[in-house]
Amino acid sequence: MNAPAPMASKGAIRIQNVDKVYLAREGAVQAVSDCSRDIRPGEFCMIVGPSGCGKTTLLNAIAGFHDITGGAIYLDSEMLCGPERPKAEPGPDRVVVFQNGALFPWKTNLDNVTFGPVVQGKMTRAEASEKARGMMADAGLAGVEHNYPGEISSGMRRRVEIVRALMNDPKVLLLDEPFRALDSLTKSVMHEALLEIYYKNKVTIFFITHDLEEAIFLGHRVAIMTTRPCKPKKLLEVDIPHPRNYSVLTSPRFRELMEETVSAVHEEAVKAFEAGEKEM
Amino acid sequence: MANGPRASAAEVGAWAMLMYRISGWLRSPTPYLMLAGFAAFFGAWFLLSEVFRVWRFASLPGPRAVLLEWFNPNPVYGMSLYTPDYYMHVWMSLRRVLYAFVISTGLGVPFGLFLGWSKVFREFTFPVFETLRPIPVLAWVPLAIVMFKGDETPVIFLTTLASFYATALNTMLGVQSIDESYPRAAACLGASKWQIFRHVIIPGALPFMFTGLQISVGVAWFSLVAAEMVSGEYGLGYLINSSYVNVQYPVIIIGMISVGIVGYASSALVRLAGDYLMQWRVRELALGGAR
Repeated sequence: MNAPAPMASKGAIRIQNVDKVYLAREGAVQAVSDCSRDIRPGEFCMIVGPSGCGKTTLLNAIAGFHDITGGAIYLDSEMLCGPERPKAEPGPDRVVVFQNGALFPWKTNLDNVTFGPVVQGKMTRAEASEKARGMMADAGLAGVEHNYPGEISSGMRRRVEIVRALMNDPKVLLLDEPFRALDSLTKSVMHEALLEIYYKNKVTIFFITHDLEEAIFLGHRVAIMTTRPCKPKKLLEVDIPHPRNYSVLTSPRFRELMEETVSAVHEEAVKAFEAGEKEM
Repeated sequence: MANGPRASAAEVGAWAMLMYRISGWLRSPTPYLMLAGFAAFFGAWFLLSEVFRVWRFASLPGPRAVLLEWFNPNPVYGMSLYTPDYYMHVWMSLRRVLYAFVISTGLGVPFGLFLGWSKVFREFTFPVFETLRPIPVLAWVPLAIVMFKGDETPVIFLTTLASFYATALNTMLGVQSIDESYPRAAACLGASKWQIFRHVIIPGALPFMFTGLQISVGVAWFSLVAAEMVSGEYGLGYLINSSYVNVQYPVIIIGMISVGIVGYASSALVRLAGDYLMQWRVRELALGGAR
């Protein structure tokens, strides 16, 4: 029984034998080693690994913030980065939602959300505002359009940031532990909100976390990564059907999947701890 | 809670916001502490120089003597709030500071932005900048007089110099203080390099930039008085120096206090301009810095 991926014609990511070595004080560090992974169009893909294991390095390579030192990454048929071009060009087809949030504090929430289409010249400010108001209302953000990000709660800020990304109709949404700084209650609300947004927008999601429960609850597939160098250790198909809600957490199947994977994650966490990786 | 009522920018008028802040200020200890501070300062000065005439303070004009002269319609030394000459001095100084501030901001902000933005530009210019920066304004006086004609331009040049350093340096630090995820987010959203500069680098550097501008006005007054003591025939610095030469001690203090008041007012104006341009920060701070 396979988890049904939602219909989407675009947004397949192929990560092929990716290597990343960077120079640090202690010499060359292999952050990612021979990492391969195929992500289906429209898949909600979770990447799990201990903090500092190199997951973010992978995300930065897809987003185009860093180069890779080997292998290639494709989005649909287009090569983002590879042997001839080690660093991808950042662009609105792959929008990142950052770990600590990167809403521009000097712009109102509405101006943040309209930023993408307006700077790209794809919409006028008025058109973008109209679309943004609609999307913000759908995400439970009506009424905060003219507030600054610093004036709303952290959970709302996360939602604004996700809406800002979706305004660009991206093929892929790259989320780097987006709910890490939230308390567990807000987090649970955000999970359901994210799923709701996901069901409405056909988009591939590349979601990095170190929280196994979060990963199984949200994802179609969960890739558990080894720590430094980062490569796939175990791939888990989550056969709990979408749409999901919080009742899934107490279902027997969810518990089974947790038990099946928790030891693999724990093993890597211990390795990371022993290697002295600090919590970043 | 998501759709709860929430005061938006349009709903909270600037006026109501101002009144709210003033009434809050009056209920806080801040204004009373300020008054107490001034009272203690003037009281100590008064006691030391006029009542007990403590050693070394006896030759200093006391606050009573200064105030009597300052508010005298027929001043003993010819300088008070009632003489047009006094306003001429204040106005000349103010005008020089204004020119210097405009020039140093006009040059210092773009220079600082590029210093922070471009590594090549920084490596090219920053060492020269850092070598020139420690040279005190007074050391520039001879060159300023040689290089610039007339009385005004050398003084304005000297006043501009230190302000320019403060503005440029703080603006550069402002650019460097920007969290790297902001330009990255903008790049993700399809902004060009220039759009990132315009929408991320400039507003992101504003808080430091305005710290720099506040230092810059302060430093401008500082160097102005030094420059006016050397050259010029009007201005508060000139007034202070000529009163010393002519043994008119109360006038020295009138000049000093005038510089203090006008200087304080000008940096308050810069702070207000900063608050106006950085509404997002004002409101964040009004919420107790909730982040």
